[in-house]
Amino acid sequence: MTPTGPVTSAATDAPDAPAAPLRRSRRARGAWLVALIGVLAVACATSIVLGSRDVGWSDIWAGLSGQSEGFAQAAVAKRVPRTALAALAGAALAVSGLVLQGITRNPLADPGILGLNTGASLAVVTGIAWFGLSSATSYIWVAILGGALTAAFVWGVGSLGRGGATPLKLTLAGAASAAALSSFVVAVVLPRPDISENAVSWQIGGVGGASDDKLWQVVPFLAVGGLVCAWSARGLNMLGLGDELASGLGERVVRTRLLAAAGAVTLACATTAITGPIAFMGLVVPHFCRLLVGVDHRWLVPFSAVGGAILLIVADVVGRVVAPPSEVDVGIITALIGAPIFIAVARRRRVREL
Amino acid sequence: MNPRLEIERLTLGYGDRDVVHGLDLVIPPGEVTAIVGPNACGKSTLLRSMTRLLPPRTGRVLLDGKAVHSMPAKQLARRLGLLPQSPIAPEGITVGDLVGRGRHPHQRTLARWSLADDRAVTSALKATDTLELVDRAVDELSGGQRQRVWIAMALAQQSEILLLDEPTTFLDVSHQVEVLDLLTELNRSKGTTIVMVLHDLNLAARYADHLIALREGRLYASGRPSEILEPGLVEHVFGMPSRVIPDPVSGKPLMIPIGRFHVTEG
Repeated sequence: MTPTGPVTSAATDAPDAPAAPLRRSRRARGAWLVALIGVLAVACATSIVLGSRDVGWSDIWAGLSGQSEGFAQAAVAKRVPRTALAALAGAALAVSGLVLQGITRNPLADPGILGLNTGASLAVVTGIAWFGLSSATSYIWVAILGGALTAAFVWGVGSLGRGGATPLKLTLAGAASAAALSSFVVAVVLPRPDISENAVSWQIGGVGGASDDKLWQVVPFLAVGGLVCAWSARGLNMLGLGDELASGLGERVVRTRLLAAAGAVTLACATTAITGPIAFMGLVVPHFCRLLVGVDHRWLVPFSAVGGAILLIVADVVGRVVAPPSEVDVGIITALIGAPIFIAVARRRRVREL
Repeated sequence: MNPRLEIERLTLGYGDRDVVHGLDLVIPPGEVTAIVGPNACGKSTLLRSMTRLLPPRTGRVLLDGKAVHSMPAKQLARRLGLLPQSPIAPEGITVGDLVGRGRHPHQRTLARWSLADDRAVTSALKATDTLELVDRAVDELSGGQRQRVWIAMALAQQSEILLLDEPTTFLDVSHQVEVLDLLTELNRSKGTTIVMVLHDLNLAARYADHLIALREGRLYASGRPSEILEPGLVEHVFGMPSRVIPDPVSGKPLMIPIGRFHVTEG
């Protein structure tokens, strides 16, 4: 076929110089990420220094190097795993929320709002009360099972009726399930005085119970879940264009959805098995990250991880210092921050078009 | 070497309803093909099936003799692109980011963005005259600009065949012509085979080398517009009387509909 029209840019075969903005935006995003990691370092330091008990610099140094003589040093020694757990839990919940938003194309998705965390909690307390579970690893496996069942149930209920799984139906199905599951948790725990001592920690999450031992048991699960989510980032970008276009671009949409969902459920439920249900992290953090870096999941995954770690550490520190000598659980602080943001996001007009 | 896209005794459907019945078609390689027909005649369903979105009930879609439904997804996507009728963009996505996603079938999961990707995106932006929009958010653009950006994304995919489902819907007439000119230019300069579903019979007759008329999921006629577009076809496919005259601008056939009012001659 011979060209008959005027030859324009589409016809020239000369290599096109790459558009400058494409490069510029990548550099800016990298700079933001470095800055956020700096903030995370400051947050970690603050979390070790500040608490309901004042400690001196010498105690901090002693506590960090493993000594625990006296209350102050013991407090520092306890704050280290606590800070690490807050960082890991925050990162895991934020990435989980991000991925759930991606696979459902629902800006309101969050492991707490969709009921995953409560489902995981119920599975753990059931395991403790009736099957005598006692190790953190067994909690984690049971939590993942409970979370996965809840996810399947919520998705199923949310998909009923016309239009499939719309954000509204999914959110309602999740909120209703979370409320129901939460009361089942109470029903399981109440008649058992031997475990009800910890009952509150299965309704409101916290990181106060952190220990090195628990940390090492949860890390492998978070690593696997995190890798799966990072691996899915490009696929999530495709899902954001709608199933039709994603499929036209060579993405296998069903496989991507299932794999990413498995990663998100693992992250959220393994975290919940150790900390109890912490809501709204997965909602708040990804939305702020989108403001910073846009909608590319390959950037959003690391940003959400770092941002989630920062937010949960800060929330935990705030919980420790607002009402000394007692502490406010971090799950309450995140709910205080998250609820208004949830309402703000829900009120925006174009909620459907994530 | 131009790719051959063929459809063999293809039956498609949703639920217990068949939409396309035993269709046989050959898409002429290197040409612009327009598929026309009334609403719900199976046009969009046919396009969906060509990119594996819908598995066939019976029959096959063949690309160079191989069934597309058994080809690896990305390999197919490097050769066959689809722009759906109303694609959705994530809120706040920039033009550069969106067009870059068209490179997906060329990238492996962990591979870095390559110079080839950069060049393909830049050339797609230039070809659609959207280079200066690269930093803008897609939702801020006008309808015409947005459609050009979507086409840029499809161009970045660099497939040999491009399927478009009503690329001119929601556009005013000047933007419709602009989009069709752009596709024609792509066809003539790069030899890309274009297959598009079009609502406007006259634009289809002007811009298509090859016209396919579907009626109730069956092929009614296919061929050069000048050979097949006549009042009988319009009557059978769209159920409406008409006259067909030579288009004074292009020499292609021009269909004048005849309704119940405003008709001055018998």
